[in-house]
Amino acid sequence: MEHVTEPLLLGIVVATALAFDFTNGFHDTGNAMATSIATRALKPKQAVLLSATLNMVGAFLSLTVAATIAKGIVDSGVVTLEIVLAGLAGGIIWNLVTWLFGIPSSSSHALVGGVVGAVLAAAGTGGVLWAGLVAKVLLPALIAPLVAILVGTVATALVARITRDVPQDTNDRMFRWGQIGSASLVSLAHGTNDAQKSMGIILLALIAAGAVPSDSSVPFWVIVSCALAMALGTYTGGWRVIRTLGKGLVELESRQGMAAETSSAAVILLSSHFGYSLSTTHVATGSIMGSGVGMKGASVRWSVAGRMFMAWLITVPAAATVGALAYGLDRLVGGTAGSYVVFGVLLAIAAFIWWWSRRKPVGHHNVNDDWEPVADAEAILAEAVVDHELSEAADGPVTVPDARERES
Amino acid sequence: MQQYIEWGALANVVLVGLLVGAGLPALFALGVRALAGTGAKDEAGQVRTGRKVLAAVAFGIVIATIVAAVAYIAAGGH
Repeated sequence: MEHVTEPLLLGIVVATALAFDFTNGFHDTGNAMATSIATRALKPKQAVLLSATLNMVGAFLSLTVAATIAKGIVDSGVVTLEIVLAGLAGGIIWNLVTWLFGIPSSSSHALVGGVVGAVLAAAGTGGVLWAGLVAKVLLPALIAPLVAILVGTVATALVARITRDVPQDTNDRMFRWGQIGSASLVSLAHGTNDAQKSMGIILLALIAAGAVPSDSSVPFWVIVSCALAMALGTYTGGWRVIRTLGKGLVELESRQGMAAETSSAAVILLSSHFGYSLSTTHVATGSIMGSGVGMKGASVRWSVAGRMFMAWLITVPAAATVGALAYGLDRLVGGTAGSYVVFGVLLAIAAFIWWWSRRKPVGHHNVNDDWEPVADAEAILAEAVVDHELSEAADGPVTVPDARERES
Repeated sequence: MQQYIEWGALANVVLVGLLVGAGLPALFALGVRALAGTGAKDEAGQVRTGRKVLAAVAFGIVIATIVAAVAYIAAGGH
């Protein structure tokens, strides 16, 4: 390894890329499996195991990995290892924060946002290709859910109409199989698509550090470690996000779940086939909303949906801010030490968010509990804090809704 | 807006997306209805042959499309 410049820095970037891969799997499990869990087509543990396995298979299936990051969105000439590190930090922190609030948000948009912020801090506004950012990231974030809502609505309405004289228990039993099949397809597509991104980042870092020649293909250990990191993340299960998607948006039954997942799989695969890639998260969320619109008697909780749309709009600016701060910190400390500090701070923040999440844990045991609509994100936090205080004080009869009124 | 949205690609995604994304669930639903809808069973409680054939065709198309999709993913199309 004597040709490698700064091997420790390279190690940190690779570790951070794998961490991002982990949060990606962990954050996006719900896209494929939330509906199957909510309708009890699969037990929560079975669902995440199936999804993790298919994600891993998908990661090995991916054949074309490009050593690019945010291609067409930032000037590739200015991207350095420090920028990649800061960008990854932005992506990871945004993924963790949205997970804490149970909001599904696009992992790839978070990564792009982090890199854009780091590039802005490093090279100024000239380093960002603004037209590319609008065309490839911002507008698709608005378009994807609309397309998916349309397809999901039509699919659900057709299914509901065709099967209206079939007994409910027969419908549930048979559509569960369709649901499991279509959800599996979404998992597989996710593994192929998103594991590639982390592989590309690691390859880019290896090339930049001189560890492999610039025309190298992806080393086998990179494929294995990316596949494992994503599968592990998926298996850990972002239960908070799963809960929001499966229980928060729409009360689902199997027919809706099957229609929604098929709509997601179709739109995701077709969009990449026609060269207009749409985020898996945005599509999956839109399809689930559509399954509420298309079903008589079902309703979409638009307040929850509205909070998601807001989160999607601020994904790029928020992750960019973190990316820029991380890059600034890196430069401020200076040298290789700067990158160590960024890595350390990232670990500390991640640990803090995890600790915070334990105050009101969501796991496979309570993921399907009844949904209590909450007005806004602050209220969830307030509720979590109040709950915590209540459980500490253990003073019986005060209920959570009362506590929320007291807070507001 | 022309420079920001690829209208042609988007139109393809919407149209083919509707065809496949809504068509497959509808076919599946047709299969379910054929097997379990009103009038599916004859006096002896058996599903009528015509219904069975209809269901087999519907589920067959659905399964074939899923196999094709997996092959497409495996071929690196995604």
